[in-house]
Amino acid sequence: MAKLVIIGNGMAGMRTLEEILKSAPNQYDITVFGSEPHGNYNRIMLSSVLSGEKALDEIFINDQAWYDQHNITLYSGASKTVTRIDRQNRKVYTQDGTVADYDRLLISTGSKPVIANVPGNHLAGIISFRDIADVNKMLDYSQHHKNAVVLGGGLLGLEAANGLALRGMRVTVIHNNAVLLNRQMDTAAGTLLQKELESKGLNFKMASQVEQLLGDEKEHIKTIRLTDGSELDCDLLVMAIGVKPNKALAKAAGLYCEQGIIVNDTLQTYDPRVYAVGECIQHRGQTFGLVAPLFEQAKVCANHLTGHGVAQYLTLPTATKLKVTGIQVFSIGNFMGDETSETLQFTDTALGIYKKLVIKANKLIGAVLYGDTQDSYWYQELLEKEQSITPIRDQLIFGKAYV
Amino acid sequence: MSKALTTIQTTCPYCGVGCGISAVVNQTQHTVNIKGDQSHPANAGRLCSKGSALGDTINLEGRLLDPHINSQVVDWDAALSLVANTFLETINKFGPDSVAIYGSGQLLTEDYYVANKLMKGFIGTANMDTNSRLCMSSSVAGHKRAFGSDTVPSCYEDLDLADLIILIGSNTAWCHPVIFQRIRAAKQARPDLKVVVIDPRHTATCDLADLHLPLASGSDAVLFNGLLSFLNTEQALNQDYINTHTEGFTPAIQTAELSAPSIAEVAGQCQLNETDVQYFYDLFKNHKKVMSLYSQGINQSSSGTDKVNAIINCHLATGRIGQPGMGPFSLTGQPNAMGGREVGGLAHQLAAHMDFSIAEDVNRVARFWGSDNIATYPGLPAVELFNAVSAGEIKAIWIMGTNPVVSMPNADLVKRALKQCDFVVVSDCIAQTDTSAFAHVLLPALGWSEKDGTVTNSERRISRQRALFKPAGHAKADWWIISQVAQRMGFNQAFNYNHPYEIFTEHAALSGFENDITHGYRDFDISGLSTLDQNSYENLQPIQWPVNANNPKGTERMFADGHYFTPTGKAQFIAITPRPPVNLPHKNYPLILNTGRLRDQWHTMTRTALSAKLNQHSPEPCVEIHPVDAKNYNLTAGALAELESAWGKMLARVKITDDQTLGNVFIPMHWTTQNASDGRMGALVNPEVDPISKQPESKHTPIRIKSYQAVWQGFILSRAPLGLSDISYQVSSKGDCFYRYELAGQQLPDPWLNTLKDTLNANIAEKSEWQTYQDASLGSYRAAQFIKGRLNAVIFIAADHKLPERSWLSSLFAKVLLEPEARMALLSGLPPKGSHETGKVVCACFNVGEKTIRACIKEKQLKTHQEVGQCLKAGTNCGSCIPEIKALL
Repeated sequence: MAKLVIIGNGMAGMRTLEEILKSAPNQYDITVFGSEPHGNYNRIMLSSVLSGEKALDEIFINDQAWYDQHNITLYSGASKTVTRIDRQNRKVYTQDGTVADYDRLLISTGSKPVIANVPGNHLAGIISFRDIADVNKMLDYSQHHKNAVVLGGGLLGLEAANGLALRGMRVTVIHNNAVLLNRQMDTAAGTLLQKELESKGLNFKMASQVEQLLGDEKEHIKTIRLTDGSELDCDLLVMAIGVKPNKALAKAAGLYCEQGIIVNDTLQTYDPRVYAVGECIQHRGQTFGLVAPLFEQAKVCANHLTGHGVAQYLTLPTATKLKVTGIQVFSIGNFMGDETSETLQFTDTALGIYKKLVIKANKLIGAVLYGDTQDSYWYQELLEKEQSITPIRDQLIFGKAYV
Repeated sequence: MSKALTTIQTTCPYCGVGCGISAVVNQTQHTVNIKGDQSHPANAGRLCSKGSALGDTINLEGRLLDPHINSQVVDWDAALSLVANTFLETINKFGPDSVAIYGSGQLLTEDYYVANKLMKGFIGTANMDTNSRLCMSSSVAGHKRAFGSDTVPSCYEDLDLADLIILIGSNTAWCHPVIFQRIRAAKQARPDLKVVVIDPRHTATCDLADLHLPLASGSDAVLFNGLLSFLNTEQALNQDYINTHTEGFTPAIQTAELSAPSIAEVAGQCQLNETDVQYFYDLFKNHKKVMSLYSQGINQSSSGTDKVNAIINCHLATGRIGQPGMGPFSLTGQPNAMGGREVGGLAHQLAAHMDFSIAEDVNRVARFWGSDNIATYPGLPAVELFNAVSAGEIKAIWIMGTNPVVSMPNADLVKRALKQCDFVVVSDCIAQTDTSAFAHVLLPALGWSEKDGTVTNSERRISRQRALFKPAGHAKADWWIISQVAQRMGFNQAFNYNHPYEIFTEHAALSGFENDITHGYRDFDISGLSTLDQNSYENLQPIQWPVNANNPKGTERMFADGHYFTPTGKAQFIAITPRPPVNLPHKNYPLILNTGRLRDQWHTMTRTALSAKLNQHSPEPCVEIHPVDAKNYNLTAGALAELESAWGKMLARVKITDDQTLGNVFIPMHWTTQNASDGRMGALVNPEVDPISKQPESKHTPIRIKSYQAVWQGFILSRAPLGLSDISYQVSSKGDCFYRYELAGQQLPDPWLNTLKDTLNANIAEKSEWQTYQDASLGSYRAAQFIKGRLNAVIFIAADHKLPERSWLSSLFAKVLLEPEARMALLSGLPPKGSHETGKVVCACFNVGEKTIRACIKEKQLKTHQEVGQCLKAGTNCGSCIPEIKALL
């Protein structure tokens, strides 16, 4: 039986694995390496764990028994981190010397949080929001400390801030743009969002840059100084200013990388035996940070690994959702528009509802919804299908029910 | 029933049917519940949509409550003295013909009598004309020529007895709905009853017709000359009657045969097909009991008098007059057009059906009134009267209860004339009208629910109009106002009235004064009522004149004995040479404009527009046009069009319909500057008049039409009335808890939302919340204003006329708070999924919409309008929407 080795026990790799099992359960002898000491869990639900809406065991997808049941060898934990790929001999090596042979290799090493390049970034009490360990750390701080600061007003940063606030901390979000979620929202929606989060008790330092992180005598973060000279008390700093593909292992193995591991439309790297999916890859110039395209990649990749060889991965516009209970946010596509696009816009300030649809050549190319996202799926469909909206344009913003 | 309620019998103030009303009045709440009076012979309990909605028009909204001089409130004494003194000064300086009164068929007989007495009897000029000139004077003139008197021979009961009813130039279904219902009932009871409708338009009246003759506009006289000559050829005439009771038959038949020698010739001239003409002529020939009902389609013509006589000729020649179930019958337009004629309210009349042309009459009236200054020659009829104002010959004019700036032909001339006139007095119950804008003195008159007096309907029936409420503000009865001015002019003795019964009995006495074998009989004689005391006047029951010693209980039919009021006692045939309308369509003005009434509006809408119910049937002035014409002139249904004649312009919404004949367009007469920026049809209408009756040719003006190039169109529904300026097209109407503004413009205000927000925010003290939608590249802008969560206004603007229906949005204003789904759906203009839209209102009485009716028909498999009525009540009150319901079936 051919051997498939998967490096990375995260969402992209395991979704690929599930897809393989679905269509060809007996094709491969499969080995999975994961650095985290668990089975496979739903990383995007970490926010819900932090906020207390979900318990940790609720977010596990596959436990050890599942791997056993499918005759998959799982090596998990820090010592099982793969440190080298020998492509010549088709072997992978872990930190503790475990070796596995492969006929096909799938790299799904994910991404690493970006750490701000400011003085003091080495201090204790500075963390990212990436895995279960980070969540546990935050929960621990929330028990004994008051002031949390989140650097970055993106999706992850806001979810972290919301969770910490719900856990009783006084939270301030520092964001380098005047608009929250500025990659996913336009100014109007971002403003509504900020208002709503402020009403939930969050504080914001908008359009602000960190100048220096100052520690106490124990080298633990204590104060954040911003470039405008103001200072914030800080017991815990969560950096959520983005991720970058975790490509070091692939690069060391001589696989061609740019920002991420370069793959073609079949998720194949420059080595035909080696595939890669998820946040570690770069496809047609694009890297990834949200879950939806990962699942699509998993499907395509599995299709090729199981020998069907017909699927092709195309990057589709990605929809955004913010997991903060009570806040409905959605955006997709080119919602900022350009000089040749047209805009439909709906606002009801008192109800906190804002919708913007961007049209180009009679097709929907982007959407921002705030406060009422019930038609988000329909818009996504319209956008992906590139369907002409001319006959329904007048009703479009009011939703599918009106068409 | 609570003690606060009293039931008062009174009369409807709208059309000439003169329906009795039983009004249940709540004095404390100032409300009234209107029902048809079962005991009144004119309507036997029936009421139309307008009459039924009278209760909506009695609040003080828009009422004129105080006398004004140059827009300043003054007391009555100041206002009356100024009017009296200015009239006196003007008369002293320029003679009595330099002053005029322009009255109205809305005035009560008592008001009318006093006005006429003042002008003709004491000021000494006959410059007293009325808006009846615009609707009835051709009938008056036709009657006088044929009968020697202005006598309507028939009565409503004849409609129940006739075997053939011809409706000529009358959209009875909409304009006299209760008559129409009576005919409908008669036809249901006797399916053999034939109904013929003669009208260039296919109207709702055709619903009842066995035959509709859409004749060429203005060709009526040819059709009836043809009928006379056909009956002669067929030897279907009543030679005995002709010989015994008439004169002038030979020239009449010769002229008729000359102008309409054959059915083919008639069909050609009238643009009808021969079979239809033949069918009509055969019907007339074969039915002895034939009624010819006619209205403005006959009267409002430059040959209106001739058309009236062409019809009467056919009745005289067959002897079908004066007997049950037969006769010519003029349907009067106004509640008291007849009463006005009785007192002599038209400029060529003197008083009590006496004339300037007879010296004895002038002498008789002067003696009766005790005046040495009586006018001795006719005054100026409406069109000439306003021309004289325009020319500066009339320097002081008093306009009572009418709106000539809207209703007169060439209305822009009337507007200019009033603007430059030295002294304009307007008595009205409404503060702001297009006419009151030019008044130096405004005098607050009573409204319908406060008036007390009598009116006469189309069948000569005198009924009491009784006050339901105390006068509003400082409003006074017209007779009081006129009498006070007369007294201040020095005519104390003759105008010392304290109660309307004193006026009525004087009027009744005049009608009987020297009305006897010695002095000659006059038709109008109500001497039997001249001795009424106040109490019996209060309790006067509806009665048809003449009421005299011979006919103490009144008179149903006239001329039963074949005796007429001509010098020879014989009816006169009039030789009619048909004349086309004065101004014919030509290259520059290729279409013919016809004007008329809508079902749910009255005159210039000063009252009906107060009723939300009545405004929904047709909230905007529409121009109705044939599909081929619409195509030729690039008009789209629902878009706006600009109509232009040699005299003026207006804007109207395009309604494309097969009901119009090719080359003919129709617009409603009702809209004024108060509710439509450019909707006054009077501005277009040619000021041509009939040479005898002086009635204007309002049914035939050559015009051209083109599509109106609006950059944006839209509407606003607002809880409070708005003052919108700088919008080129604007039509407002009142709805249930909201005001509706239909708008169009050639420049979109920028920034649009701020501009409109400012207008709407200016109206209210509280902070508003806004919901907005825009699709800027399509020119689509919508907004909704909320105050504390309650809907206050919606604005819809689009680049074209394709806007959502207003009905669902309108319905939201009656709600305290919107359901969340409705709020989210609001700017789509469509109800949230699962809710119910009613569509355009069909039945105004019960407010039932087209979609509701359609849905009910479909769901319950309804087959007849009666079944629809059972399910939805639609069509079961006034019944005027039955044609529309049947169309839906």
